[in-house]
Amino acid sequence: MKYEAVIGLEVHAQMLTETKIFCRCSTKFGSEPNTQTCPVCIGMPGVLPVLNKKALEFSIKTGQAMNCTISSCSRFARKNYFYPDLPKGYQISQYDLPICEHGHVEIVFDGEIKKIGITRIHMEEDAGKNIHESASGGGNYSFVDLNRAGVPLMEIVSEPDIRSPKEAVEYMKKLRTILRYLEVCDGNMEQGSLRCDANISVRPVEQKGFGVKTEIKNLNSFKFVEKALEYEIERQKKILEEGGKIVQETRLWNSERGITESMRTKEEAHDYRYFPEPDLVPIIIQKTPQIISPLGMPSEEAFGIPEIKLIELPDPKRKRFVSEYGLPEYDADILTSERPLADWFEEAVRLGGQPKAVSNWIMVELMRLLNEENKSIEECPLKPKQLADMLKLIDKGTISGKIAKTVFEEMYKTRKDAESIVKEKGLVQISDAGEIEKVVDEVIAKNPKEVVRYRAGDEKLLGFFVGHVMKLTKGKANPQMVNELLKKKLS
Amino acid sequence: MNLFSLTISEVRDLLDRKEISVNDLIKSFYGRIAAVEDRVKAFVTITEDNALKMADKVQGKIKEKTRDTEFLLGVPLAIKDNICTKESLTTCSSKILSTFIPPYESTVTSKLLEQGYILIGKTNMDEFAMGSSTENSGFYSTRNPWDLERIPGGSSGGSAAAVAADECIAALGSDTGGSIRQPAALCGVVGLKPTYGRVSRYGLVAFASSLDQIGPITKNVRDAAIVMNIISGHDSLDSTSAPLPVPDFTAALGKDMKGLKLGVPKEYFIEGIEREVEIRVKDAIKKLEALGAIPVEISLPHTGYAVATYYILATSEASSNLARYDGVKYGFRAEGKDLMDMYMNTRAQGFGPEVKRRIMLGTYALSSGYYEAYYKKAQQVRTLIKQDFEKAFQQVDVIVTPTYPTAAFKLGEKTADPLQMYLSDIFTISVNLAGVPGISIPCGFTANNLPVGLQLIGRHFDEESLLKVAYAYEQATEWHKRRPNL
Repeated sequence: MKYEAVIGLEVHAQMLTETKIFCRCSTKFGSEPNTQTCPVCIGMPGVLPVLNKKALEFSIKTGQAMNCTISSCSRFARKNYFYPDLPKGYQISQYDLPICEHGHVEIVFDGEIKKIGITRIHMEEDAGKNIHESASGGGNYSFVDLNRAGVPLMEIVSEPDIRSPKEAVEYMKKLRTILRYLEVCDGNMEQGSLRCDANISVRPVEQKGFGVKTEIKNLNSFKFVEKALEYEIERQKKILEEGGKIVQETRLWNSERGITESMRTKEEAHDYRYFPEPDLVPIIIQKTPQIISPLGMPSEEAFGIPEIKLIELPDPKRKRFVSEYGLPEYDADILTSERPLADWFEEAVRLGGQPKAVSNWIMVELMRLLNEENKSIEECPLKPKQLADMLKLIDKGTISGKIAKTVFEEMYKTRKDAESIVKEKGLVQISDAGEIEKVVDEVIAKNPKEVVRYRAGDEKLLGFFVGHVMKLTKGKANPQMVNELLKKKLS
Repeated sequence: MNLFSLTISEVRDLLDRKEISVNDLIKSFYGRIAAVEDRVKAFVTITEDNALKMADKVQGKIKEKTRDTEFLLGVPLAIKDNICTKESLTTCSSKILSTFIPPYESTVTSKLLEQGYILIGKTNMDEFAMGSSTENSGFYSTRNPWDLERIPGGSSGGSAAAVAADECIAALGSDTGGSIRQPAALCGVVGLKPTYGRVSRYGLVAFASSLDQIGPITKNVRDAAIVMNIISGHDSLDSTSAPLPVPDFTAALGKDMKGLKLGVPKEYFIEGIEREVEIRVKDAIKKLEALGAIPVEISLPHTGYAVATYYILATSEASSNLARYDGVKYGFRAEGKDLMDMYMNTRAQGFGPEVKRRIMLGTYALSSGYYEAYYKKAQQVRTLIKQDFEKAFQQVDVIVTPTYPTAAFKLGEKTADPLQMYLSDIFTISVNLAGVPGISIPCGFTANNLPVGLQLIGRHFDEESLLKVAYAYEQATEWHKRRPNL
């Protein structure tokens, strides 16, 4: 039987606010334990949360970018459970009335555009971190670091629209792109700024209803998302093929062993006893903000929709790259994955580069050079103008495409412009027919056996002659002219 | 003249005219405490050393003081032990917080400090404000100064008893279902629960967040208005505090109440109310009528559901609010063989039986499968109760009721039957559910010389009308002048 996977992701994105969501402590990463805490985020008796308006603004921005409906009335809820890293014994989250709902994002998969539905986006606070001293290290203690407690998170929940691990990765990359475009999350997966839980089930291809799902926790890299889902699909398929039943449960990805392991079953699941957070008033979003009615109970807080800086989001930008520059979806998707990369491309085109040529040079040569040094596009030593100028030299026939590769690497290394590199290194293309003819004659004269074979019909040998001509001219001969001359002389 | 029996305005006058020093005043109170506290047991912590130091500091300021401002400069107040006072033990009368010293000041006490008040001590209460008799204190029961065999009411029993016994000039309490008004009634003093949102809750250890409100317990109505002037107002640290201007509450005192419509809800004069209480309250209504008010019979039809609604909502919120006392970060910790064991031992040993009962009730009400039937239904009924009041206030200006169905009962008399104790909260609970303000003032005594309280209920943010009516009644009667014989 053929099976297909049904996947939905819950992505947690840490917001790039300066301060925590319900107090004024810093959100800076990596400080000494418990140095960024106050009575509010430690959960001392009698303290109260006050919503960081920046976190609300970031959530609304994200919702708008992901085509969501922004709820006109939204509220916080308490999620109750005991754990030492959760100082209040409950997490302030959103439950029945999240800030954003009913959105979608587009991913490009196998050259096709696919919509992935966003069920909801809600705001919540992060928990702290438990640090366990190992018994072998002589300690028998656990420590709690509450620096992270109260850092604002967005939870972005997708519809079960994803059908393969690779699609899941594409979707997650798209979220990361949008969040980084909006500058609401740095998308740093190593530091845990972006992490994901996956819900996954498999079903026979022709089946409409969903199979029993499992939830995989704690997937903190694109690779783990893909690997864990691949493993889990195979595990579930095998159970079904052997006539078994999937147990609804939460599983944990073990990256060392490359497997998912059962964490708790449905029966052991927490009852979080959600209820509306009475310490925070409902959030009312209006076109224009106004203060609550003066004589009612203080039952709600009104906010205006934050003014969104007009930036072009990844999906519209991708579409524009296709229509305006005639790029394939694949190219457009990659070029728009990071805002600075898209800007780099557009600058090179604006300065005269032919779009598809610019795209090819970026995606093949530039990306390779950057990857070798593990650099981002922001750290790229090469300027768009240098590429545009080099492309002009190719168009004019001053250098060949092959020589251009050398020039490009040289520009990247030395930051010099193409023209001076060409001059310094004497890389100007030989387009003088007489000069090329001399070399062609020489090569024909030196290889009589090959000439005989070529003339007998072994036309593949043309490359052999071209190679020799290029070698003798140090690659500078105009390849087109070399081809034409050789063909003429050999026929 | 005993300085300890004076009111805030009287003391203010004497201090400003330099007839007494702050030190005289503070010493007089500690003398009084030394004389009666072992019988009353109103306090959990007495902050004498600190108060005497403060007295010296404040005395200097009095010299520079221009009148009419800093009304509390040098005035000794007692604070209920669920209101955080920086560097001063704040226990909620619970073993689980018996060592807790907050590193921060509540907003209300910060405001009092700006005015120069002196903390005389932290008062006993039912553990985490859960109770109506102060018998649920994790330490000891407070006694009613009018009869030491009887309870002072609760949960702010320590504050009310301390005021009634002249152990402080006035006190702060907190009121979730009647915890200011009921002990004020049973101890023969004035207790005001402000509108929900009028006073910041920052630093008030939460019992039920959507119902809790801090308010004054005082010897007369003017003092209540004075304290309200200071503690009211929006607080950026409390999102549920109302961004509304604060009137001068003392300006309402002495205003004419001619033509004021006084609602008398028929559901509040029912079986179960003690005969003597009913008579005193009805006499008080006649007195108000004589002063110009027009009594109107009204109906608050959902009154019968108030107690059940309250005990679902308050316990639900409490079950969550009290989750933070887990032995991990502060307060009491019991040892255990693993994390779960430590949690269970800490909470089993740290909380008293009533707190445990309410945590269990609330946990149950919020559980998956029961939420709709309990918590959600109770929220809907709460809306109906709120609407009862809104409708009533279209007809009348102030509602008058008994504060409590009985006078103070004997210690231990009701502890065996918690449900009976809960049901007695019937007259005060609806006020918290609706979020409206209420005040209890003395309106007479039973044959056993036990005080009876009259409750006045007002519109949202209309504490002024309550103070106006209460003051007019107080001026026309002598009840507030009686003091217990200690």
